[in-house]
Amino acid sequence: MDGALPVAPLLGLVLAGGRSTRMRTDKAALAYGGRNQLERAMELIAPHVGRAYVSVRADQSAEPLRARFPQILDLHENLGPIAGLLAAQARHPHAAWLVLACDLPLLDERTLAQLVRCRAPQRTATAYRSSHDGLPEPLCAIWEPRSAAPLAAYVAAGRQCPRRFLLSADIELLDEPNPRALDNINTPEEYRSAMSELLPAATVAAKRVTVQYYALLREQSGRREEALTTRARTAAELYAELARRYPFTLAPELLRVAINAEFRDWSTPLAEGDAVVFIPPVAGG
Amino acid sequence: MAVFQFTPHALNPAELRGGLADPACGGYASFEGWVRDSNEGQRVCGLEYEAFEALGIREGERIIAEALARFGVAHAACVHRVGKLAIGELAVWVGVSAAHRDEAFRACRYIIDEVKHRLPIWKKEHYLGGDSGWVNCERCAAAAAHSAADAHVHDHA
Repeated sequence: MDGALPVAPLLGLVLAGGRSTRMRTDKAALAYGGRNQLERAMELIAPHVGRAYVSVRADQSAEPLRARFPQILDLHENLGPIAGLLAAQARHPHAAWLVLACDLPLLDERTLAQLVRCRAPQRTATAYRSSHDGLPEPLCAIWEPRSAAPLAAYVAAGRQCPRRFLLSADIELLDEPNPRALDNINTPEEYRSAMSELLPAATVAAKRVTVQYYALLREQSGRREEALTTRARTAAELYAELARRYPFTLAPELLRVAINAEFRDWSTPLAEGDAVVFIPPVAGG
Repeated sequence: MAVFQFTPHALNPAELRGGLADPACGGYASFEGWVRDSNEGQRVCGLEYEAFEALGIREGERIIAEALARFGVAHAACVHRVGKLAIGELAVWVGVSAAHRDEAFRACRYIIDEVKHRLPIWKKEHYLGGDSGWVNCERCAAAAAHSAADAHVHDHA
């Protein structure tokens, strides 16, 4: 090791200070298999860091979910995720930060372990290249102490997108071992879809259902009706499953669902023999 | 006569109106929806309706029952076409008979408004240039795809 620069100790920061506007409910509290997102993120990060903190806005610090963990309070308002990182760097300027968004339900241990293993401490940051757009993913990344000064200058210049900051910085960019690991969820539909993927398939009984297609969905699926075996627990999960199979362009938010010829809620459990119809925006008269 | 039905055949308002006749009624109001030759700036040369009839009949019957209860009218009925229709054809008919004209007008208006919003029926327009599209579906799908792309920037978790 002689001659090598000292490597900054690694601390963990789980970002839970968002407003969850599109989800319309606190994303940190969303549950997957009995654990909420924040607990899950804190458990995932713990083995890799000296200490893990949750990043919160000042007005969130007393919330029971967040109060259980060591906290770092944002020092800036309306700055988005970058506020959490700035506050952490101000608290422990000599540490490197393993930053994790808490809305990554598909994040797996392998992805996190590879990030830590491939860390390049001589660079500004180590991050994954998004499998969606090829850009660096700032919220599952290691930020070295040397990133603090340019980051503060970036914010002082009125900018606040951490992804764009990384684009112009000297970073180590890694390929994701699992292309869906960093899919973040912002809407109720993305949550339901992630939940169904996380569920061990064997724990949900397969059932036979029929699906009828009308109008645009009939054209896009190329059929009027089909019988299929599915492990989808709800109509929402069934639509997500079918949307992976067919080139549907209608987001589920635009649709209604009928089961056995009555309108039903998307979360209605599916039963053996159900007849399901997804209802595109109507145009009578 | 069924209070709500779908039919692939041409509608005859004179005949339909007869089903609402009642000596206790002093007024009859009706609405006819016709196939127009343009929509949102495009020249339409014809259209087709496709309905989820099992649910549509139930929902249509509910709308009629609501109108009877809310406005206290004597009789109300609605028939909606399905299949291919030409310009000028009658696509939907609503008829209401009541003791007085005010509630007949209001019930008629209520029924056609609810039918347009709630009935599981879809309209595909065929345009003069050879194009076609499902009304309310194609454009909103394109808009949704666009806004999803805009929304890519990661939220502060």
